[in-house]
Amino acid sequence: MMTRPGKVRWALIIAALALLEAACRLGFFSRQTIIAPTAMAAGAWQALGSAEMRGHILITLASVAQSIGLAIVVGFAVGAALYRLPRLRRTLDPFLASYYAVPAFVFYPVFIVLFGLNRWPLVAIGFVFAVTAVIINTLDGLSRVPRGVRRTAAVMKLTPLQHIFFIMLPAAAPWLFTGAKFAVVYSFIGVIAGEFVLSGAGLGHAIAFAYNSFDNATMYGLMLLLFLIVGGINMQLWIWEQRLYARRGGY
Amino acid sequence: MPGAVDIDPAVPAAEHARSRGWSALADTVLLITGMLIVWQVATLIIGHEVLTSPLETARRLSAIMADPDFPAHSWETGRAFGAALIIALAGGLTIGVALGAHRLSGQVAAPILVALYSIPKITLYPVILLLFGLGISAKIAFGVIHGIIPVIIFTMNGVRNINGVYFRAARAMRLSGMQIASNIIVPAALPEIVSGFRIGFSLTLLGTLIGEMFASQRGIGYMLVKAMETNDVATVMALALFLIVLATAASSVLLVIDRRLHQSVIAQSGDSQ
Amino acid sequence: MNTPSVQLCLREVTRVFPAVDQQKSLHALGPVDLDLRRGEFFSIVGPSGCGKSTLLDLIAGLARPTAGTITFEGRPVAGEVPDGIGVVFQEDASFPWLSVYDNAAFALRRAGMAEKDIRERVDPTLAVVGLQSFAGAYPAQLSGGMRQRLCIARTLVTRPRLLLLDEPFGALDQQTRLLMGDELLDLWRLTDATVFLITHSLDEAALLSDRIGVMSARPGVFIDLVDTAWPRERDSRIVSDPAFGRVTGRLWEMLRGQSLKALAGG
Repeated sequence: MMTRPGKVRWALIIAALALLEAACRLGFFSRQTIIAPTAMAAGAWQALGSAEMRGHILITLASVAQSIGLAIVVGFAVGAALYRLPRLRRTLDPFLASYYAVPAFVFYPVFIVLFGLNRWPLVAIGFVFAVTAVIINTLDGLSRVPRGVRRTAAVMKLTPLQHIFFIMLPAAAPWLFTGAKFAVVYSFIGVIAGEFVLSGAGLGHAIAFAYNSFDNATMYGLMLLLFLIVGGINMQLWIWEQRLYARRGGY
Repeated sequence: MPGAVDIDPAVPAAEHARSRGWSALADTVLLITGMLIVWQVATLIIGHEVLTSPLETARRLSAIMADPDFPAHSWETGRAFGAALIIALAGGLTIGVALGAHRLSGQVAAPILVALYSIPKITLYPVILLLFGLGISAKIAFGVIHGIIPVIIFTMNGVRNINGVYFRAARAMRLSGMQIASNIIVPAALPEIVSGFRIGFSLTLLGTLIGEMFASQRGIGYMLVKAMETNDVATVMALALFLIVLATAASSVLLVIDRRLHQSVIAQSGDSQ
Repeated sequence: MNTPSVQLCLREVTRVFPAVDQQKSLHALGPVDLDLRRGEFFSIVGPSGCGKSTLLDLIAGLARPTAGTITFEGRPVAGEVPDGIGVVFQEDASFPWLSVYDNAAFALRRAGMAEKDIRERVDPTLAVVGLQSFAGAYPAQLSGGMRQRLCIARTLVTRPRLLLLDEPFGALDQQTRLLMGDELLDLWRLTDATVFLITHSLDEAALLSDRIGVMSARPGVFIDLVDTAWPRERDSRIVSDPAFGRVTGRLWEMLRGQSLKALAGG
């Protein structure tokens, strides 16, 4: 029951993997550089079998989850507040856009002193990466509530609470969902980047460790696992989104 | 919300426009002042060994910029970033237009692009290093992979959302493919393209810096990582401030362009009362 | 001035939009005087940009007049929506996240009405606008015209005493407009509501209304109030009545110059 684009996509991916496999086996790439996809899969399988590796993965997922939760809650709140303060929002705009130019994890040492030598600095980095995207999408969604809808709500004389729950939230829901998706993506990026740079635990750390130990099999295996985890979560989010919003006509 | 209360007398247009420009500037100054105050208070609470004060950071930054090595570092970062930006924007634009215009390709590519966007690209760094070796090409590659994807995604969406009527009009005018691309597609999708450029700019800078942080003996990214390792908070913050100011300035310019474009598009399709 | 049968009273109502950004201040409307009788069907015609929609906003309490007074059922209206008013806007105001039935039931549910009572009101109203077989569909699956009919149904279920409509049939074709006009007349007679209709169609105004207000180009003021003297039991077949031609002729006579002015002035 796959759609045509779906079939083409799978064909492309399989072809690319097959090509890579052949190139590696035939020696076009040195094994120090990149290993065959089957070897990557083997490395991933081995990693899953190791209790230590599973521990790393779980600890990363836990920090990511905390970052997502915080980013969504704070992001929605700040986004809604900025929506009600258009002057502040206009002034803040250039800063919001430049937000991602600075690698937030340079502040990792500051966070360590603030929160201690635990996982919280990593959660903080993930949060700092993710929250802005949630704010931007919340703002976007709230501003796009159609004029006719808002005016109708005004005529219906709803209470402020009714207005928020029965009009603004459902109308902005697709954008809020997009914000949540970004929260997931950026939390992963922030936490794992932080682990990569300066941490003793977690998936990012494990990858960096394998790299520094010239253990390409483990390194690529872990990268494959990361890709599958992030890809799997995003796919599930996409499926939910389709189900929720298909009948709205994509809006 | 509707229902504004407007009992004030009419204000002559020119005077009002001028005052609006000034008030926007005043607002920005107010905001920056507010942020500086919050920063100073935070320094006082947390302690200046952990969070350098605004004044100290500014001093450190001017010291850094006065250092004879600084121009070399800036140039190193600048040329890597410049190259990465050109590749990311031009490449992203071309690929985005192609994917947007050819329906099937766009549909095939969209989930792949989203998946690529979601991977913490920092974990691809070992692969990039292994493929490109140490040196400037690795940095450029890193900058490109960060920045090109949002440009592609935004451009693609912009092109896909072009009103079908334009294409029918183009066919009625018997325009060639190239003419359609340059005279219809790019102008019509321009607001989205510029939005993509804004994000691509920031992310390309981020990617270049990260690249420098890990495998370079020169550049601002290298200065950052050295300061992080020696726990030189003042330098970290000074450099971060430098980057923030730079990125905000560039982003403001792009934002002005963005707004002008969106205004002209809206003005064109707006209805009268 | 304030006889019991006057439901809506406008005195010297003016609206000036203050200067903002690059635009000069705009004298959009007025001064306007108007008395709407209870149960009357009143239409406004006028060139584009003359301030008809602004006037509707003011009456509905969605905006405040710069000068003048508006009184609805004896109480002043100033920037607050009074009880008993329903509005159908020009733009699509259907809620995309709710089904047709839930859209129509929305206001009643928020007011706390019981589901059984809601069903008793919503079902026949959806039937009147011809959407009864689409009750489970979503607005995205409907055409623009059907969505507009949904908005009309949604307003009607609240039984407004004054119904304001801003070009509600704009998205519909001519035949459907005539039929919807007949339905509107039916509902008007059934609910005894007062109807205030904005339309750009002279025919529509002439055939539906008891009285028609002709507005000048911006800033809009009433340049004529035409009485049609139609019987209450009327429908679209009065287009064949010779009096109909006289009414539309008179409307165009007043309006033609204003429209040319609006076209030139923009």
